[in-house]
Amino acid sequence: MKNKIISAEEAISFLRRGDTVMVGGFMSCGTPEILMDEIVKKGIKDLHVIANDSGVPGRGIGKLIGSKLVKKLTASHIGLNQETGAQMVAGELEVELVPQGSLAEKIRAGGAGLGGVLTPTGVGTEVENGKQKITLDQVEYLIEMPLKADVALLRGSIVDKGGNVYYNATTKNFNPMMATAAKIVIVAAEKIVEVGELDPNYVMTPGIFVDYIVGGEV
Amino acid sequence: MASEKEIIASRVAQELHDGDVVNLGIGLPTLVCNYLPSDVHITLQSENGILGMGELSKPGTEHKDRINSGNQFVNVLPGASFFDSCTSFGIIRGGHVDVTILGALQVDETGTLASHIVPGKMVPGMGGAMDLVVGAKKVIIATTHTAKGAPKLVKRVTLPPTAVNRVHLIVTELAVIEVTEKGFLLKEIAENTTIEEVKSLTDAELFVDDDLKIMKPFLV
Repeated sequence: MKNKIISAEEAISFLRRGDTVMVGGFMSCGTPEILMDEIVKKGIKDLHVIANDSGVPGRGIGKLIGSKLVKKLTASHIGLNQETGAQMVAGELEVELVPQGSLAEKIRAGGAGLGGVLTPTGVGTEVENGKQKITLDQVEYLIEMPLKADVALLRGSIVDKGGNVYYNATTKNFNPMMATAAKIVIVAAEKIVEVGELDPNYVMTPGIFVDYIVGGEV
Repeated sequence: MASEKEIIASRVAQELHDGDVVNLGIGLPTLVCNYLPSDVHITLQSENGILGMGELSKPGTEHKDRINSGNQFVNVLPGASFFDSCTSFGIIRGGHVDVTILGALQVDETGTLASHIVPGKMVPGMGGAMDLVVGAKKVIIATTHTAKGAPKLVKRVTLPPTAVNRVHLIVTELAVIEVTEKGFLLKEIAENTTIEEVKSLTDAELFVDDDLKIMKPFLV
């Protein structure tokens, strides 16, 4: 079996300036903090971050925003991080706002080989600008295109050495979908266990999706 | 004397039925649970991935992995479940949430809601609001009747819409208003106001229900 366990430094060496990176978490709950810290340490710039939100200042994706490493952010909500709004107003950061449910489905579509999703969410709002619409059985839908990334940075509560992941409580959020939608998937693990120790019933992301595991997540 | 928010929250609570699955917006809507009759048990959905959410965690009992959509530590009730964001929004968009209760910047007589953006001023993003308003079986707006005197109930929203033609009921400190095909229908008014006053604070035509009632918050 391939050894998937690497250091945070090795993990972040896969991330290049200008890359598109998906980051799991909802208001930093379920965000891999040790990988955020390592990106800041390495100062990798011009990132396009895809995530639910931009965390809060000093936590989660807020660390990347605070260090001005993000060029574009695709998210559903930035309200709890004033720094994101300030950089957006100053023209330093491009923000693309996507309804939360549509964001989840776009990422799922990216990982599931779908050409897009049809959703009634956003019809008649600014979200429909520039998007195709389709009417089926008298209901209007937006065509939301799939999202993919170069790298996905996720947080697992228990990860076995084969990459099977269990996410505790509300740390799941966007992590399972993102695990399917990036070329390189890296999971920061709170706890790493031997293959066979994680009951298959509790596996939420099958190990085939996970390329690398970094221990020491808190 | 009860605050406007308490009046609104207690009146909204009367709209909920035993067994309802409910998603509450941040702010005023979270107060609604304080006023539920003892025989009404609802299941709270939190869009970050909980069904069966309980109260906020007491200091010292918080768990870092367990938050609500407002980034507060919460407890969960026996029978609760956790799930990912696709499942959460499948529940929301798929019509499995009976009621959502949200605040508003503006609501118009066609049931169109503006709640997520003031261009150039407040741009927090829509979060889950657009999906919630599109998907919930019933959309109740809990809001003060005006913003410092400026009507929030209008003929057509001037702010960017969050969802079109989706609001069913509006509860303010002054009135309970149903959104009908004709427009705003005044169903109840507060004891301390008049039809004329409510009309003067509403920037759209207000039809008065034949069976107009006096609002009775704090029934329980």
